[in-house]
Amino acid sequence: MSADPGGLTFLDRPNSYIGRSVPRPNARRLLEGRGVYVDDVAVARLGHVAFLRSPHAHARIVALDTADAKAMPGVIAVVTGAELAEVCTPWVGVLGHFKGLRSAPQHALAIDRVTWVGEPFCAVVAHSRAEAEDALAAIMVEFDPLPAVVDMETALDPATPAIHAELGDNLAFERVLDVGDVDAAFRDAALVVEETFQFGRHTGVCLEPRAILADWAAADGMLTVHHSFQAPHMMQDILCKHLSLAEGAVRVICKDVGGSFGIKVHIYPDEMATCALALMLKRPVKFVADRLESFQSDIHARDHRVTARMAFSAEGDILALDMDDLTGIGPYSVYPRTSAVEANQVVNLTGGPYRHQHYRARARVVLQNKAPTCQYRAVGHPIATMVAEGLVDLGAARLGLDPLAVRERNVIPDDAYPCAGVSGIKLEKLSHQAALAKLKAMMDYDGLRAEQANLRQRGIHRGIGLAAFIEITNPSAAFYGVGGARISSQDGCTIRLDPQGGVVASVSVTEQGQGTEGIIAQIVATATGVPMDKVRVISGDTQATPYGGGTWASRGAGIGGEAAWQAGKALRGNVLAVAGAILQADPGSLDVRDGAVVDAGTGTERMPLAELGRIVYFRPDTLPPGVQPEFVATRHYVPKDYPFAFTNGVQASYVEVDTETGFVRLLKHWCVEDCGTVLNPLLVDEQIRGGIVQGIGGALFEHCLYDSEGQLLNGSMADYLVPMAGEMPDIAVAHVVSATASSEIGAKGAGEAGTAGAPAAVVNAINDALRPFEARVSRQPVTPEVVLEALGLI
Amino acid sequence: MASECPDRAHAVAFTLNGETVRAHVPARMHLGDLLRQSFGLTGVHLGCEHGVCGACTILVDGRAVRSCLMLGVQADGATVETVEGLTESGRIRDLQDAFHVRNALQCGYCTPGMLVTAAELLDDADAAASREAIRAAIAGNYCRCTGYHAIVDAIASTAEARRQGRPNAGREAAE
Repeated sequence: MSADPGGLTFLDRPNSYIGRSVPRPNARRLLEGRGVYVDDVAVARLGHVAFLRSPHAHARIVALDTADAKAMPGVIAVVTGAELAEVCTPWVGVLGHFKGLRSAPQHALAIDRVTWVGEPFCAVVAHSRAEAEDALAAIMVEFDPLPAVVDMETALDPATPAIHAELGDNLAFERVLDVGDVDAAFRDAALVVEETFQFGRHTGVCLEPRAILADWAAADGMLTVHHSFQAPHMMQDILCKHLSLAEGAVRVICKDVGGSFGIKVHIYPDEMATCALALMLKRPVKFVADRLESFQSDIHARDHRVTARMAFSAEGDILALDMDDLTGIGPYSVYPRTSAVEANQVVNLTGGPYRHQHYRARARVVLQNKAPTCQYRAVGHPIATMVAEGLVDLGAARLGLDPLAVRERNVIPDDAYPCAGVSGIKLEKLSHQAALAKLKAMMDYDGLRAEQANLRQRGIHRGIGLAAFIEITNPSAAFYGVGGARISSQDGCTIRLDPQGGVVASVSVTEQGQGTEGIIAQIVATATGVPMDKVRVISGDTQATPYGGGTWASRGAGIGGEAAWQAGKALRGNVLAVAGAILQADPGSLDVRDGAVVDAGTGTERMPLAELGRIVYFRPDTLPPGVQPEFVATRHYVPKDYPFAFTNGVQASYVEVDTETGFVRLLKHWCVEDCGTVLNPLLVDEQIRGGIVQGIGGALFEHCLYDSEGQLLNGSMADYLVPMAGEMPDIAVAHVVSATASSEIGAKGAGEAGTAGAPAAVVNAINDALRPFEARVSRQPVTPEVVLEALGLI
Repeated sequence: MASECPDRAHAVAFTLNGETVRAHVPARMHLGDLLRQSFGLTGVHLGCEHGVCGACTILVDGRAVRSCLMLGVQADGATVETVEGLTESGRIRDLQDAFHVRNALQCGYCTPGMLVTAAELLDDADAAASREAIRAAIAGNYCRCTGYHAIVDAIASTAEARRQGRPNAGREAAE
């Protein structure tokens, strides 16, 4: 941990807010119903757009007649794909560093052919959304249905038609990794366990649906876009490219965002169409997805089938891992991040906590006629964790060993770092041993095992499940930049001292409720010496913040936070230089604490910042000659020494399985994780808990169901189950702290950890409960039906 | 044709956050849209518009109601309270303080509906005596961010403070 110019570490500074459970300054607004989400923005002459979406998984559009719709009351315009293509160019979701990744050009509105149920191909803009929807019903369209590629298991068969004929087949991407001598390790193993894991498709279900309001003002040549989104500068760049606008002609504002989780960081055809329509019609146009549209057209994730085997020694050493991952991504690789990232992450992360040296993995990414899949919270992590942790449990059971002991035996030791993981990932510092020890004590593992055994005698079937994992955070340009995507991995912060002695900090990382503005305020207050209630944070506006990446891959604290720390230190240096000149003191003998310039040694106040502000801004004529105050400082940051900051954690779940009904009751959940410096325990713990519940959703409830023709069967929250309070457990969270040396604040990310480990912990707990029946589940979501099938009851 | 026009408006009058208001409401417009579009009460959030998520929950004649499942015309003569009115009256100040202190919200989208549901539960603080009872009471309000644990904590601490006659406990902790 580096010293600051005041000679103290940030944790020791007299007015440090770092590490404290400070409530978020911006939460009051949300608690009083005064948030400003996209649909709350009021503009004059607003047009509302509704989209005609494909009812077929795959079909040719033979005829499209919009004349009647155009005559409907309130209708401003009806626009087809071909008409919109004159304003908005198509895109292709590939990246250079995913060698061989293929996709096809995708238009904002499909032109001749639709490729999934819900793909938009015609737009109606009207004075109200209701009128726009009325007019949709008057559009005459004739389809010629085409064979739909639905099952990813058969998508690559020679008999299966290629969705995009020009690609020849449906293989979008394949990656093979082969490390060590896997075949020899399996040949020499005392035990080999094998399992096929199936992961259902699920989606983000942000409570605020996707929403965008685009307003073209011809008078000043400015497209202003209010967007429920995570990466405003990325959207600005993409709008410029595909609408042929200059960078300065596009402003993207992401004020309050009602949940995102990776869902709101991709380019969606309907959102691009909304912006293009605003340009075409020269007026503001708004699109807010309704819930059915969300289920049909938000990106889905996790549609994987993994067959994997693990080799063990008789003593319980993991010797090797061999896996084959097949995933279906819909008809297009999603732009600009691509739909290959999830499978790629599965290859990188599976078995990541362990020190075995023999690893083979194949991942195949196939096209299909379902909604596109792409990055959603903890991309690939829950799949990687389930595969490895499921096999570890299976191996432990077959060897008659305790599953916690097997993990303790096999994790990369805490004193082995820095080192490389078996997949080649560079690991700076992880803490698996410390995390396991903490978890064991926290959950009273031995006591719980005794209770479980006791209850089992009485016919109550409870299970304990563990899941160790690694998490990828703080990405550098290695994630997207090297592949040619214009997605910024650096972030910036500008801090300005105002006359009353308060500061305004504008940051390029964005707030989605995770508390970005809160931790930035804590860091800025600590770094500048200004009290936290005098710090105002601005985020989510391309015209008002430094250029940067926004929110993705758990980078707000570790990257945005470090930029804020550096900017704050620079501003304090500038302040002290001017104060020194006025006070005729060595700036090094001064400090800023609690809003005043003080003598660094004694803490005696020399001058309040408000007085300094008064002199500098209103009476600069009284400053000593040659003194030019710069009370604005900007710094940018991106990690350079490691492409990613890997973090680690371990989760445990305690469940009770009703072996007659198949219902699983969650009794308690624990998580120990290591995100480096904990900037605000209150915020981190709730991030972890929220992530765990999202993971539990995938494990037990959430499933986007399609029939064999590619029809989406569940498009409402009544039949797509999400975790609600009644069935969720209390969740205990604790931390081990291994600060990253890459930055001064030492923070790594924490956003993925909960979702990464929860499904494996829950599924392992279910299988632990089912062990007396020699039954296992390996298909998520684990519905009561899946449990009863495993028990042979249905 | 006029009689078939779905947008034919009906005159309604009701009490909204303590004020008497009037509006002409299209027959098919739900109350949530009416409150947002005609009265600017954007604290009423629409998450699913089929009564499952609870984000649009308001009080109608003192009872928690999904404003997306009630037509605007049905509000005629009723007393309607939204998060804005509950905030201004100070009635849920302790609950809001407890949410703030406990970080029982992240994106804030479910929050107004969650607060209204909790407000109704807390009318009888003894009814919120156990975490299980609180979880059951808010089981119709979807929160994707928090994992519910903090929300249960905040409601439980508010209930406890009210039972002990310390309704400002949350605010004291916040300040």
